[in-house]
Amino acid sequence: MSTGLPTLPQHRLDHLLASYGRDVARRRRQSLAVLGVLVVLAIIASRYGEVDLRNLFHHLAGLTSYFGRIMPKLRADHLTGDIADWYWNALGWLKLLFDTVLIAYLATLAGTIGAGLFACLAAENLAPNNAVRWGVKRLLEFCRTVPDLVFALLFVAAFGLGPLAGVLAIGIHSFGTLGKQFTEVLENIDMNPVEGVRSAGGRFVDAVRFGALPQVLPNLASYTLLRFEINVRASSIVGFVGAGGIGQDLFVAIRKFYYTDVSAILLMIIVAVSVMDIVTERIRHRLSPVEKSA
Amino acid sequence: MNARRGAFGEDAAVVLARHQALLAKPWQRRVAEIGGPIGIIALTVFAVWWLDISFAQIGPGLTQLGKFIALMIPPSTGGHLRLFLKAMAETLAIAFLGTLVAALLAMPLALLAAQNTTPSGVLRFAVRRLLDIIRGIDTLIWALVFVGVVGLGPFAGILAIAVSDTGSFGKLFSEALEATRARERETIVASGGNRWMGIRFGLLPQVLPIIAGMILYFFESNTRSATIIGIVGAGGIGLQLSEQIRTYDFDQVAFIVLMILVTVAVIDWISGKLRFAIIGRRPIAT
Repeated sequence: MSTGLPTLPQHRLDHLLASYGRDVARRRRQSLAVLGVLVVLAIIASRYGEVDLRNLFHHLAGLTSYFGRIMPKLRADHLTGDIADWYWNALGWLKLLFDTVLIAYLATLAGTIGAGLFACLAAENLAPNNAVRWGVKRLLEFCRTVPDLVFALLFVAAFGLGPLAGVLAIGIHSFGTLGKQFTEVLENIDMNPVEGVRSAGGRFVDAVRFGALPQVLPNLASYTLLRFEINVRASSIVGFVGAGGIGQDLFVAIRKFYYTDVSAILLMIIVAVSVMDIVTERIRHRLSPVEKSA
Repeated sequence: MNARRGAFGEDAAVVLARHQALLAKPWQRRVAEIGGPIGIIALTVFAVWWLDISFAQIGPGLTQLGKFIALMIPPSTGGHLRLFLKAMAETLAIAFLGTLVAALLAMPLALLAAQNTTPSGVLRFAVRRLLDIIRGIDTLIWALVFVGVVGLGPFAGILAIAVSDTGSFGKLFSEALEATRARERETIVASGGNRWMGIRFGLLPQVLPIIAGMILYFFESNTRSATIIGIVGAGGIGLQLSEQIRTYDFDQVAFIVLMILVTVAVIDWISGKLRFAIIGRRPIAT
């Protein structure tokens, strides 16, 4: 045997193969253990979740035909008439959609103003004292952990049906999330400009206005616009519990099986949300390349 | 003129005048600085008028809200502790199974939507648009639809989360697949493996930790979503919550909200630990 690759002596090879085998077996055991845990959890969860596959298969045909039924009947020969039929309430829905966007606008504005004020109290480098900071942080946490729909339910009970409840609910939720983001932005500023203004004789307000704000304004605006996008989605939902916007009509259409209305309203919401996303994304990119994270 | 009068003696106006060029702003900026706030205020006034929000509502509303809050203290189970615990378990089951099923459904779709695993542009385009549409419809809307299809109960909630997250997972997974290095796969194909082996041994090991992190992150966020889908009848604690609000049992409302806060915090903590163990401290782009 003159040619051939140089090989290790047999006992070395055996040793290496054995340790490779052990390694593979260990990883396989780990994977199986994870899989086992997942399966056990899934079985427990399906008991609590009342999973009923027979029910699902029984209704699966219903599901596919549901999507068939919400599709409008559009015929090529009288397309305009069919579209007019499908969007019989186009003006009413457009008004509701406009309401939805305005609810999101007011909620975002309220949330931003609140968050801007409270973030100064929660930021480590600006907060007057630790007790205030701790309190404000817990408040913000509470506002963003309670789902906005829960606030909406409460506010509908307190303020009555209508957009005010929606504005307040989404506003409070935005206050919680924006407050956290603003705090983080403020904590990361460069303190040199602030001290510069101070040392040149500026008051606290001057230091914030000329030292801190110019650094953070683009970031804050970017977060606010991202929040506005999210709020447009949220405000199309709060109508489910009577807090204004197009959700109310969608809820009624789905519940009462007005099939083509469902697709008409859904399509309008999807288009409106996409348009808002594109517009705000443009503005955000012009403002600053902040990482999208929310 | 004595130049040495200097910094303090000199009139501020003189200094300003000398450095006018440094301080001047282009007129576009001036317009934006003045017009921006005016625009925001005008739009706010218009929105308040258009939505017919009357400030007379706010006073009585706040008193009402104050009464609710007074009723919330102290929180009480109202003797329904078992019921609430069961509903909370239902919520966790919805979040867990919904996320799991979504991940299983999304994996093949992601392979079809990623550029480096699916050569056919038409197929890729179709799958991506499908994912976009699924994602464009909110979980709560899916929940309403599934309540109509399989009836009231947590099963509808599981299906709603499973479907709506399939859209998000499909997109995120396919982006993760596209961000992998091609070298490993090429090595396997070059040493005689076929396409599937390349994907199984060259591609998946690169993305699995990232995907596992995403799944855990979505499990956290689904725990929050699952608390509210009960409001439209799709099972879980949301159903109890909306019932107690409707019947004005605010001490029980407070108890349920506290329960939700604690559960969410615990799930966040556990899942965060697992996530950091798998992928290290890395933020997840969503």
